[in-house]
Amino acid sequence: MKAKVFVTLKPSVLDPQGKAIHHSIETLGYGNISDVRQGKYFEIALNGIADEESARQEIEQMAKDVLANPVIEDYRVEIES
Amino acid sequence: MKFGVVVFPGSNCDHDAYHAVSKYLGQPVGFIWHKETDLSGFDAVIVPGGFSYGDYLRAGALARFSPVMKSINNFAAEGKYVFGICNGFQILCEAGLLPGALMRNAGLHFVCKHVNLRVENENTPFTSSYDNGHVLSIPIAHAEGNYACDDETFDSLEENGQIVFRYSDENGEVTDEANPNGARSNIAGICNQDRNVLGMMPHPERACEELLGSNDGRGMFSSLAASISRHSILQ
Repeated sequence: MKAKVFVTLKPSVLDPQGKAIHHSIETLGYGNISDVRQGKYFEIALNGIADEESARQEIEQMAKDVLANPVIEDYRVEIES
Repeated sequence: MKFGVVVFPGSNCDHDAYHAVSKYLGQPVGFIWHKETDLSGFDAVIVPGGFSYGDYLRAGALARFSPVMKSINNFAAEGKYVFGICNGFQILCEAGLLPGALMRNAGLHFVCKHVNLRVENENTPFTSSYDNGHVLSIPIAHAEGNYACDDETFDSLEENGQIVFRYSDENGEVTDEANPNGARSNIAGICNQDRNVLGMMPHPERACEELLGSNDGRGMFSSLAASISRHSILQ
């Protein structure tokens, strides 16, 4: 089983890196972009967990404890069997 | 009285902090390797600057899981002094010993220069040598010093006098121009509710002698020493 975790800044938190990337992309001539937010992506290989639900619980806990800082970041977990 | 300086893999201001305590306070100080868990005998622990664990994941995020951090949690809960500087501040926030988080500087650059700090609360064990409104010249050197917290946290910081330093101009005016990293409300340093844990992005240990441009940082170490003496008399 594999887990994918997406960590993004909360919508209320300014993202200066996303802004800089947005600006660079526009400078290259891409004109149809209204916003860029940068985040982090983790691929976690699991073994020994049989069902999706307990895998999800474990990864959600891990995301909350370590992968994301809940003060400034949100996370989303996807489980692939 | 004994000070400890924690050393994580990647700490690089540990010797500066050691030097400031031993030379300017003339107090005994020892290094504490991050795998140690016994903090008995120490009255204050400095969590120094640097790039613990290479700043992997987020600045300070992985240092939080070092064995010494559990002991530092207990140490702080006992009312002993914990002083986080730069990366140390980031670690204390990640560990939940201080509220909020430190994000990438608004200007994206690593900023290394002397800044002016206005003392916002003289009634802490770390600032008793200063007066409110006192402007200090202290260097910063960081890329992730942009203090962030939600409105509720901010209001409680203000209410409880937990905002200890703000970036200001040389006259003590807190302006956007004087804010080097986009920190909310120019916050440069905060303490916990009990005021025995303080974190700040600027480096007072690098501002302890005129030769280096400023000795305004000495007051923090002497305040701390005075607080420890008072504390031990009371006990």
